[in-house]
Amino acid sequence: MTRYFTKDHEWIDVDGGAATVGVTDYAQAQLGDIVFVELPAKGAALSKGKEAAVVESVKAASDVYAPVSGAVTEANSALEAEPALVNSAPEADGWFFKLTLSNPGELEGLMDAAAYAAWVKSL
Amino acid sequence: MSDDTSTEILALPLDSWHRARGGRMVAFAGYHMPIQYEGIIAEHLWVRESAGLFDVSHMGQLMLSGDDDSALEEALEALLPANIKGLAEGKQAYSLLLNEDGGALDDLMITRTPTGFYMVVNGAVKWDDIGHIREHLPDAFTMNHMEDRALLALQGPKAVDALKRVVPGADRLFFMEAGSFLWGHEPLWISRSGYTGEDGYEISAPAEHVAALADVLCAQPEVKPIGLGARDSLRLEAGLPLYGHDLDERVDPIQASLGFAVPKRRREGGFLGAARVLASIANGPPSKRVGLMVDGRMPAREGALIFAGDEQVGTVTSGGFSPSLQVPIAMGYVSPAHAALGTALEIDVRGKRLAATVTAMPFVPNTYHRPLKSDKGAAK
Repeated sequence: MTRYFTKDHEWIDVDGGAATVGVTDYAQAQLGDIVFVELPAKGAALSKGKEAAVVESVKAASDVYAPVSGAVTEANSALEAEPALVNSAPEADGWFFKLTLSNPGELEGLMDAAAYAAWVKSL
Repeated sequence: MSDDTSTEILALPLDSWHRARGGRMVAFAGYHMPIQYEGIIAEHLWVRESAGLFDVSHMGQLMLSGDDDSALEEALEALLPANIKGLAEGKQAYSLLLNEDGGALDDLMITRTPTGFYMVVNGAVKWDDIGHIREHLPDAFTMNHMEDRALLALQGPKAVDALKRVVPGADRLFFMEAGSFLWGHEPLWISRSGYTGEDGYEISAPAEHVAALADVLCAQPEVKPIGLGARDSLRLEAGLPLYGHDLDERVDPIQASLGFAVPKRRREGGFLGAARVLASIANGPPSKRVGLMVDGRMPAREGALIFAGDEQVGTVTSGGFSPSLQVPIAMGYVSPAHAALGTALEIDVRGKRLAATVTAMPFVPNTYHRPLKSDKGAAK
């Protein structure tokens, strides 16, 4: 399994044609206390760069864009009861959704952990 | 409060104090201000159970004075719908600046002091307020914009315990009373009021000493510094309107459900904008500011449209998630036919219809320190 990162502060775990998507620890710290996450429905077709989810903090609603294209196979139902998982475990139990990649070529150009850490440091 | 930003973002006297304490700074009302320290929910709940220190130095502190007290009262009553003549020394009132059409230019607090009237206005519109007051106040009166003073708010059920240790005697004030106190050699003007729905104080202090005062207050075990984020969620739970969002030039005080700010004696008019305000009282306003409890967990934010069936009947002006109640709450303007408590409505959020119910405000009961009714009777 390989973990990729985007400049929009999302992570993507890729295992063959299956991917799991969430937001990074940096992103959750910037968003602040998360009170609701609106996730895509199972079966939804996501296009890279298009709106995939909405994260609501106390203060504001923020869009989360699909880092890669694909069909949603599962949304993290644990976030319905406990949206704060995104704050406490953003890169583990606080994952957002799983999808089947429709264009694995889109992974090219995403960052690995070291490149992402350097990107965050530059902000 | 309001949050319009101007081109140049300025630093307030506590700028480095906030940064040293880990405040995350954002531009607000033209100043760098802390949005949060440890997190909005933790800060919010801390204020509800203990006490929080807020820097509100962006707000405008104005002192209005003149040789002739009764002429100044007349001039202020021509400007404000408040009962200025009935305002005793050391008593504070909530009021609004209105334009000629009765629309709200700002909301404010006004207090009679031994030397005149002290007014606190919102930061984002203070320059416009100053121009408006200067334009309408006769030249015989002086308006001093006290830019050398900072303003702190200490809010929460334990604010009194912390403040009376630092400023003995401050515990003797009741809600909406104010007075001058000494902190060492420094003069403080302290009122028992605020914008969180909790008991608490607002403290005007010389700018050059405010960092030391903030240090002493935060050294009290009850007190933590609190950012603007929690200030917003606290005032929303308290049902208090935020200027620029829940109040603006389009609405009059009756429409904004602030009828208490137009006391009985002033309902004969004689203030700027009175024609519309009196018409709103007589005929009912075209819409009403109401509280809304939203079903589920998805917050409805400012700008969301409110529906009764297919008919759009209003708009949300503030909304968010209530940390105390753990449900989304909002306020907005709806047509009078849909403003009654308990009315079932729907709010459109990103194409979803959320069920919402018109609810009495405050959403969270306030804890203002008022005199007991029996005491009031005895005083008379």
